[in-house]
Amino acid sequence: MTSFLPAPGEPLPHYVSTAPFDPYSVEAMTDEQVRVNQASQLRLMWWKFRRHRLALASGIFLAVLYLSIVASEFLAPYNLHTRNMDYIYAPPQAVHLFHEGKFVGPFVYGRTMTLDMDTLKRNYTDDTKDVQRLRFFCRGDSYRFWGLFDSNVHLVCPAEGGQAFFLGTDRLGRDVLSRIIYGARISLTIGLLGITVSFVLGIVIGGLAGYHGGVFDLIVQRVIEVLQSIPSIPLWLSLAAIMPATWSPILIYLAITIILGLLDWTGLARAVRSKLLALREEDYVLAAQLMGAKSSRIIGRHLVPGFMSHLIATATISIPGMILGETALSFLGLGLRPPITSWGILLTEAKSVSVIAFYPWLLFPTIPVILVILAFNFLGDGLRDAADPYK
Amino acid sequence: MLRYILWRIAAMVPTLLIISALVFTIIELPPGDYFESYVSEIKAQGEGVDMEQIEALRKEYGFDQPAALRYVYWLGGMLKGDFGYSFEYELPVSAVVGDRLWLTILVSFVTIIFTWLIAFPIGIYSATHQYSWGDYGLSLMGLIGIAIPNFMLALILMYFANIWFGISIGHLMDQKYLAEPMSWAKAKSILEHIWIPVIIVGAAGTAGMIRRLRANLLDELQKQYVVTARAKGLSPMRTLVKYPLRMALNFFISDIGSILPAIISGAEITAIVLSLETTGPMLIKALQSQDMYLAGSFLMFLAFLTVIGVLISDIALAILDPRIRLQGRSTK
Repeated sequence: MTSFLPAPGEPLPHYVSTAPFDPYSVEAMTDEQVRVNQASQLRLMWWKFRRHRLALASGIFLAVLYLSIVASEFLAPYNLHTRNMDYIYAPPQAVHLFHEGKFVGPFVYGRTMTLDMDTLKRNYTDDTKDVQRLRFFCRGDSYRFWGLFDSNVHLVCPAEGGQAFFLGTDRLGRDVLSRIIYGARISLTIGLLGITVSFVLGIVIGGLAGYHGGVFDLIVQRVIEVLQSIPSIPLWLSLAAIMPATWSPILIYLAITIILGLLDWTGLARAVRSKLLALREEDYVLAAQLMGAKSSRIIGRHLVPGFMSHLIATATISIPGMILGETALSFLGLGLRPPITSWGILLTEAKSVSVIAFYPWLLFPTIPVILVILAFNFLGDGLRDAADPYK
Repeated sequence: MLRYILWRIAAMVPTLLIISALVFTIIELPPGDYFESYVSEIKAQGEGVDMEQIEALRKEYGFDQPAALRYVYWLGGMLKGDFGYSFEYELPVSAVVGDRLWLTILVSFVTIIFTWLIAFPIGIYSATHQYSWGDYGLSLMGLIGIAIPNFMLALILMYFANIWFGISIGHLMDQKYLAEPMSWAKAKSILEHIWIPVIIVGAAGTAGMIRRLRANLLDELQKQYVVTARAKGLSPMRTLVKYPLRMALNFFISDIGSILPAIISGAEITAIVLSLETTGPMLIKALQSQDMYLAGSFLMFLAFLTVIGVLISDIALAILDPRIRLQGRSTK
């Protein structure tokens, strides 16, 4: 058996590997690591956020809803104010695809109404002979798009001469689905506007208190404590009740957003203050001060951007409170007033038990309220986790 | 201990002062006063008004004086137990309010107890069975509890109580007991009615508390001492009850401070929908008719209730948790 080893004492052959040699190869990072290392803060947050499936789904859901308010007139099958006097309190109509086993595409059955002379209740029965095919991208009720120009194109409309109330009608024969779609415009924006007010207040007041400290900080601390200890709804009620009845609906809408924002800034102000207390000792703040920057510039340009993502996450979580607040105020008749239509206004229709017993479809506006609030909660949770991508 | 309690009570004074100033500003904000709306209402009915009498009333209640002075009078009166005069009812505020305050306190108190009873076992279960189906299901239920508006829940419960049990809910007692003094029959009637508002008001608070209790307990369960206790052979149940649960209990009591404002808020709205005999419906009416002393006293009272609730929770916490009691003293 021959050995591959050279015999003892024999000189070794000279050998140099011709393969290229990179002395840093051990320390080199894989492509994956390079990608992570060079990713921007924003990208890291996005990666982290993407992993939170529920938050992502909620974000998409909310984005779709907010996009829908751009084109409510087009999406709603009817005009907001159209009254169908022949179809008062009509129950929802089901959409069918098959008629007597044959596929005909989405359609609804025609309706006949009989009035029960004893109870004065309107009974609607489906007429299964009368197939009314739905039309898409069609001409129906006319509307003024954002009050700018007239049009009558809708995503979906009932057949010519027919009706299609997917979620039923209210006491004036107005289509509930259309009203929900229009109501989203007010209900969703009121939360955003309110949060903007409280955001500005929170950053300015919390920023000044945290950065300057001293007497101002002490006063702010007390005020925050007091505002947080007062039950918010009675306070909202009192502020809403003092609005003069002569104000125009738009003015009331703005006032309500401000009221909602005025009482909500405390949480944000606290967060900003405690962050600033820690950050103001940093060297870069000292550098900015030495260069003569004003405190407004230091707070706004150097300090706040550092934890903006946290603030946005915090703000997201407090939007649902505002939407609920508006709904409650409107429900009690102290918030918005018709003709402005919000989900809260729609729910005022369902104020008594008898309405729920006879016309339960008037409760449909509760569903978007619940879904939106859940979605904001999930989105807020996801954003809060993502705000700190290195964790 | 006594020192802590005294200090804590003293700290309430500035808080209440700021609240009273805030409340007074709010009830002063609307233009005009009760007499103006009263006069215009009577004129609208086509009747004559005795302006001299109105002026005399104005003078009597100090409406011709500057706001700051009136605030001082109002504050001074409240300290003496005189809450002012309700123009709408033409009675002193304390006579109008009467039972309603106690019923509000009763509803809030029972709601807190209910919140605890529900949130405690569910929170523990969720934390010890993290990511199980039970945990997910209960969390989802809790989230829905947060998301559904109080007043809608009230309406829906009213409806189903009617269908399933054939009772009409709403109100806090049978109407025949309204004007009667407290008796066993009245107490029984209140007990029969109180559970619906308690469930409705408690829903959101319970959900929030479960979430926070779960998060808190989860933090505790991951700590080293739990591992040590388990490694030494302590059974899981005993480990849980003996250490982490006691830590979480502290939090449980301190959490009153954060759920009490929410409970009182919710109670107001629910009371309006269910027409309970608490402060809610009367507060709204007083606000709308600018019956300012009545509205002001209600707001003051609600704020006072919260402040007292937080005070009690702080004191209970100090008794339970020596770290808080001894805060600031030298640690030896």
